[in-house]
Formats: sequence, structure tokens, C-alpha cells
Amino acid sequence: MEFFRIKHDIPFMRYGKLTTAISLITFLFAVWALAHKGLNLGVDFTGGTVIEVEYNQPAHIDQIRETLTKTGLPEVTVQTFGTTKDVLIRLPVHKDTTSAKTSDTVMAALKAQDPTVILKRVDFVGPQVGKELYDNGALALVVVAGGILLYLAIRFEWRFALAAIIANIHDVVIILGCFAFFQWEFTLTVLAGVLAVLGYSVNESVVVFDRIRENLRKMRKSTIPDIIDNAITTTMSRTIITHGMTQMMVLSMLFFGGEALHNFALALTIGILFGIYSSVLVASPLLLMFGVKREHFIKDNKPKADVSADGAQV
Amino acid sequence: MNRFPLWKYLLICAVLLISVIYTLPNFYGEVPAVQVSPTRSAIKADATLMQQVEDELKAAHITYSYAFLDGNSVKVKLANTDIQLKAKDALQARFRDGYSVALNLLSASPDWLTAIGAKPMFLGLDLRGGVHFLLQVDMQAALDKAAERYTGDIRSQLREQKIHYASISRDHQTVIIHFSDAATRELANQFINKNFADLVLTENDANNDYTLTAALRAEVQKRTQDNAILQNITTLRNRVNELGVAEPIIQQQGTDRVVVQLPGVQDTAKAKEILGRTATLEVRLVDETHDITAALQGQVPFDDELYTERGGMPILVKKTVSLTGDYITDASPGFDQQSGQAAVHINLDSRGARIFRDVTRENVGKRMAILLVEKGKAEVITAPVIREEIGGGRVQITGMDSTQEASDVALLLRAGALAAPMDIVEERTVGPSMGADNIQKGFHSNLWGFVAVAVFMIFYYRIFGIFSTLALTANGLFLIALLSMMQATLTLPGLAGIALTLGMAIDANVLINERIREELRNGNSPQAAIHAGYDRAWGTILDSNITTFIAGIALFWLGSGPVRGFAVVLCLGILTSMFSAVTISRALVNLSYGRRVRLAKVSI
Repeated sequence: MEFFRIKHDIPFMRYGKLTTAISLITFLFAVWALAHKGLNLGVDFTGGTVIEVEYNQPAHIDQIRETLTKTGLPEVTVQTFGTTKDVLIRLPVHKDTTSAKTSDTVMAALKAQDPTVILKRVDFVGPQVGKELYDNGALALVVVAGGILLYLAIRFEWRFALAAIIANIHDVVIILGCFAFFQWEFTLTVLAGVLAVLGYSVNESVVVFDRIRENLRKMRKSTIPDIIDNAITTTMSRTIITHGMTQMMVLSMLFFGGEALHNFALALTIGILFGIYSSVLVASPLLLMFGVKREHFIKDNKPKADVSADGAQV
Repeated sequence: MNRFPLWKYLLICAVLLISVIYTLPNFYGEVPAVQVSPTRSAIKADATLMQQVEDELKAAHITYSYAFLDGNSVKVKLANTDIQLKAKDALQARFRDGYSVALNLLSASPDWLTAIGAKPMFLGLDLRGGVHFLLQVDMQAALDKAAERYTGDIRSQLREQKIHYASISRDHQTVIIHFSDAATRELANQFINKNFADLVLTENDANNDYTLTAALRAEVQKRTQDNAILQNITTLRNRVNELGVAEPIIQQQGTDRVVVQLPGVQDTAKAKEILGRTATLEVRLVDETHDITAALQGQVPFDDELYTERGGMPILVKKTVSLTGDYITDASPGFDQQSGQAAVHINLDSRGARIFRDVTRENVGKRMAILLVEKGKAEVITAPVIREEIGGGRVQITGMDSTQEASDVALLLRAGALAAPMDIVEERTVGPSMGADNIQKGFHSNLWGFVAVAVFMIFYYRIFGIFSTLALTANGLFLIALLSMMQATLTLPGLAGIALTLGMAIDANVLINERIREELRNGNSPQAAIHAGYDRAWGTILDSNITTFIAGIALFWLGSGPVRGFAVVLCLGILTSMFSAVTISRALVNLSYGRRVRLAKVSI
């Protein structure tokens, strides 16, 4: 069976202005969300303590909060996590207690209140480590983008590389914008997801570009927009199916992976959706805008012809 | 056109077989085991040790299923926890000094699998529970300490050479020596220059005060810091070993950090206490010239410190350290021959022995204080009168309250001192139930995602969908086999990585299948379409995967902890998916369609 039996090429390029305008608006919205609200950084980046505990019966959040405030931890946030029995406690970094003693203090206080409490997880991260992670994360984004740019420039041509990387950074910024807008927690795992999206979404552009390059050689008589339209149309079926498959896996993670993988799967979902959009409707119009020409790929033949015409070489 | 030579099939079969074998250990559970590992670097676990362990178990009539060498330890698999405890007791009695005997859990996979090195995937703490610490080494303190040592060395050497100095002191990381005239300073300058190659000397004159400032060379500072972190790691390893934690991870991260992971440990307070313990001995002379009552009133002489002895008597001790714990090679608890009191016997290395001999010779009749320095706080254990010169580097310290304390002190000294203090900058604890929960959830998300993908592929591409699904299964198999072989740490993001790569891996097959359909649409014969489909898709697969690979490499390079685990899985997954999508599915296609010369139709 087949879902996509497209007879005529869809004139994507004719809508180029509209689609780039849409993505520009989305992009600006994401930038605004980032600038205005900022990312809700997890403890990995900010430093601080996160304690996850489990009770036998539904936990009394107010009581826990009260107990901890009495213990001398006023800035604590307490919330249920997943179920009513699991409780997540967050403490910001304190200047005076540099050591990881905080977790012991908290547990002692909670145990005194209800001895059945079980410690499931403690994450204490010093602000210095958090800052380094943040810097390294930003550096990783730059390195990945640079690496992809370089590879595509070598494999294709700089116009392709530039178009792909702009389209993909557009995806990443939109993911970050969503996280900022909805104030979802941005953790180290989410960062890994974002970086994976950068690699993944460039896949998309590459598949289309590959076809454009092939068409440039094959469809000698067509115009560049026609060539691009044909490339997108012929790869359309593959694009939808591949993304559908990956999305199925990611949805499975979203539903069955538990809280720990929730935001990771969320980042990937947004990445996949915008990955399709950007590869088709951002990267290709950009390519057109940069003025891609047939000569960029068949120039190899020319010098050779010249040489043999001179008779200097066979 | 679509036929593989026999060797390709054989190769694929071999790869599949190896993968199955190395994936197998993941399906067996765990059995109780006991591990014996040397705690000192001088002793190595070898066949002799293994023989000794086996003999000991046989002598104690303990039946064990399998004993083998693993890294620097001997591990023995046992039937149940009862036997495990018995075996531990028997071995502990036999291997007392220089070894640690710890309970452990080992893979229950058959012995022949263990023998060929097939092990289950190495699970990260978030999947099996335990504690993780990131410790920061205080490098300034390490340099201060080095300068302190040079201060002592220069003092004794100058004295030996009869070069008279006015005073010598340490200011942070520099040693300042004052002289009364320039000639003596010149003499000292030459001498120090010749004998202490690690120091840079600068001279300074200020109205009749001739000083010589010695600082560590830049490369020596670097070396000191490198050594400090190495010594700290060794010390931590010794402490963790004495705890008997199975399979701890202690490794350097960056220039001044150490990661410690203790799987199975839940009591963070206890773990922190053990890791944070720093104990070293200092030998200092007691100042008996100054008035102790004045000191008690707050007038402590400049060069002295006021302590309280075990008996409650105040005591003035010189700040100058004659000998530090760095020179201790071994310490063991025991008893004083004459009094029968609990004592600690200490062996010093040759340099320490020489210093100790000199100090005792020069100070016969005076009192010498032995301080135990723990977490920056010093305590005078004992302050005996030196009766005679003590040579040979064997020292006995009495003054312990009990035999228990004697053995504690000995353990701390033996485990060694930290070259520089450390702070915990990151702490993570995951309960064992949560670890199991994480595995289950991760496994389920993989399973259901896989089922969904497989159903769709078969529904959409028919026979080729089956081939793609089989290729994807092989991909999962290769990935797990590789992860098991490499013993790369699998974490929760790593599990997510497996799901993600499986989802992405199908891309290659979709590309191929779509291409074949397209070729068929263009009117190519089925055989030619299959050939062209695989051929043309390969370039695209390569390009699109390499870009993801670049992302994976950057993640591995810059990531830390769980993110690194994710990166490893991502990179390996790309490699295996490229192989399986192209080779496995092609082999299946060739096998079923390749032989038919007149192929009219393919199911795609």
C-alpha cells in the first residue's frame, strides 16, 4: 500500500515567501519567549539540591513544607512528582552550606515527621559545576552546528551548508522557546535531546539536498524551483514515514518512559515536528534565496573539457 | 545482480552469532559472589592469589561454582547468600593484611560466557542505585603543603651544611629565608640552587635584612598538582576498598576533580564520612622553654600552638613539622611489648627514617608530640620523652584509648593521607527501587515503540517491511552486544538513546524501500529497481547519518555523566544501523529474490 502517490510536483517554492514568513514569526516568538521568560533551568545547571522521596500513603505537602521551613530551609519548594506518594523537594544553593549536608538535614527532618519515608534520589550540584555544564552545553551546541556546517560545505556546497544550519538552528531555537514559554524544566537530559535534534533534523535537509543535487544533474532543462519542488515531492513519502516512525518511538518514551524521560521526549517531539517543517519549508527556500546554480555541481566537467581542447592532456 | 557471494552470508552469520553470544549475559540475573582484591598497589591479583583463594575455600569445605580473575581482583561465584557470607568470613580470616574481601553480585550467565569475557551491560547508577560524588581537590592547599615540606627540608639541609640563617618561614607558596649578611646568603643561594632543582630563587635586600625567596617552578607546580590528584585517588580507592564496596568507580575528571561512584551504597552520610576522612600523622617537638600558664591565658608564643593532651594536660607544640605522614609506608595495630597497651606500629620509608633518626638524635631528653590530623584538626595522641636515637624507620605509638582506636588509627594511616583536602561539589543518590523502576520504564518504552514501528513497516511495505523489521531487530541486537562488549555505562538517557536510534535507524530502510518503489514506478525491472534502490540510497544514508554522528561526538566530548552515556549509544547506534539497514536487509532480499531470474513482481 502507499499513502502518497503524488502525480505532480507540489509547488512548494511558490509558497516560499509565505512559509519563511511563518517560520520567521515562530522564530521571533521563540526568541521573545527566551528573552522574556528565560529557560526554567534544572538543578543540573543552577546548582542546588533536588530530593525525591516516597511515602507509603499520599503525602501531605503542606506538612512537609512546614517541617522543612522549621528546620531552617525557608526557600524550599515541595511538590508531588508523578504520583501523590512521590514528592520532589528542591532547595536552591546556599552560600553558607557548601557541603552536601543539606540532603542529610532534610532527610532527618522528614524521618522525624514520618518514619516510613524512603529516599529515592538526591541530586546535589554545586553552582560551579552547574555553570560549567551550562557553558559546556552552549559550547556543544556551537561545536555541533559548526561541525555540521563544515561537513555539508565539503560534501555539498557552502550554500547548502548555510541553508541547512540556519533551518536547524531555527528548530533548536523554537524548542528552547517552547521550553521557555511553558516553563518546562530544562535539564541536562533535555539538552542531550536538543543536541540530538540538531543532528537529527539536519538529516532531513540532507535527504532533500541529496535529491536536489541528483536532480541538478539529471533534470537539465528544468528551472531551479522546479528541481527543488520535485526533490521535496519525491522524498515527501519518506519524510513523513521516517518521522512517523521516530515519533512513534518518542511517543512510546513520552507515555511509558516515566517522569525522568518526559521532558526529553517532549523536546524530541517538538524537534521532529519542526524538523519536517524546516527541512521542507525553510531550508529549501533559503537555498533558492542564496542563489544555488546548476554550475555549482557540474563545474567539474568544464576544466577537463578545456584541458582536452587545448590538447595538452588526454 | 542481487546476489551476495557466500562469504558475505557467512560474515553476516558470524556477526549475528557473536552478537547473540555477547547479548546473552543480559538475560541472566545475578548471583552472589565474593571478591578479593589487593589494597596496596605493590600486590597484584594473579593466578597465585586465585589458587590461594580456591585452596582456602576448599579447606573450608565451601562449594563455589566459578572463580576467575577480573581486573585486579579475584571473584568467586557462589550458590546463595548464606554460602556467600561463609565464604567471605573464611577468606577474610585468611587474607587480612593488604587485601579487601567484599560481597558482590555477579552476572548469573554460564561460566563459559564469563570465560570469554561476555558480560552484561554496565549499568549506570540511575539504573541500579547507589551514590555518586564529584569531589573537588583544593590545589592551593596541595601547593601550600609542598612549600611546607621544602621549608623543613631547607632548614635541615642548611643546618647540616652549617650555613647560618636568621630565620626561615613559609608565606603561602613561597619559602622566605632571612640572613644577617649577603655572603652567607650567597653561600645558601648556591647550595640551594644545586640541591633543590625544583625551586626558583630570588634575592631581596632591605636595610640589613638579606632575604632569599624560594618558589616552586611552574612545571613543578603542575607536577605537584598532578601528583596530588593521583595520591587522592589512590587514597580514596584504599578507603573505599576498606569499606568493601563492590565495583566502585573512582576516576579523575578534568584537572582537579574526582568522581566516586559507589553502586549499592544507600547510606550517604556513612559514605561521605568515609570519603571525607583525612588523617595523617605529624611529628612535632614539644616546646618546653615557654611558660604553659602564660599560654593558657592567651599568650601563645608565635612559633607554637596550644593543644590538650589525651590526659587533659595542656601542651605547647612547635608549629614546625618535623615529619609528616607522607613518609609512612605501613601502619598496623598491635600492643606495646612492655606495658601491654594498645599501640600502632608504623614503618617509615628511607627518607622518613633518616629524618626521624636525625630528629630523635638531636633532641634526646626532650619531648616529642605525635599528632593525628583529621579534617584539618590536630590532636595530640601522645607526647613521649625521647630516650635515645631511633633509627631503622620503625616507630611505635602508644597512647591509644583502646585496641579499637588503635586499629582505626592504623586503618586511617594505612589508607593514606590526602595530598590536599577535597570538597563535595556534586552528589547524586538513586535508590535501588528507583533504579529498577527506571529500567522497567525504559525497557517498556523501547518495546512498545519497537512493536509500533514493526507493525507499521510490515503493514506498509509487506515483505520488504518484514526485512526492514528483521534488520531493525538485528540492529538492536548489535547495539546491545556492542554496549555489553565495550562495557560502556548504560544510563537512563542511554536507554532513551536506544529508543531514539531504533526510531532513527528505520530511516535508512524507509529511504531504501521508497527508492525501490520509485524505481519501480519509473518502469525499471524489479531486480534493477532493488539494485538501484540500495545503491542510490546508500549515499543519502551516509550523509544524513554522518551529520547525526557529528552531534554524537560533540555530545560525548562535552557532555558529562548520563549525557555521555546517551552520546555513546547514539554514536554506536548510528554505526550499527548503517550496517544492519544495508547489509542485513540486503542479504534477506538477495536470499529471497536474488535467485529468481525472471522476477515479475516484488512485494513492496
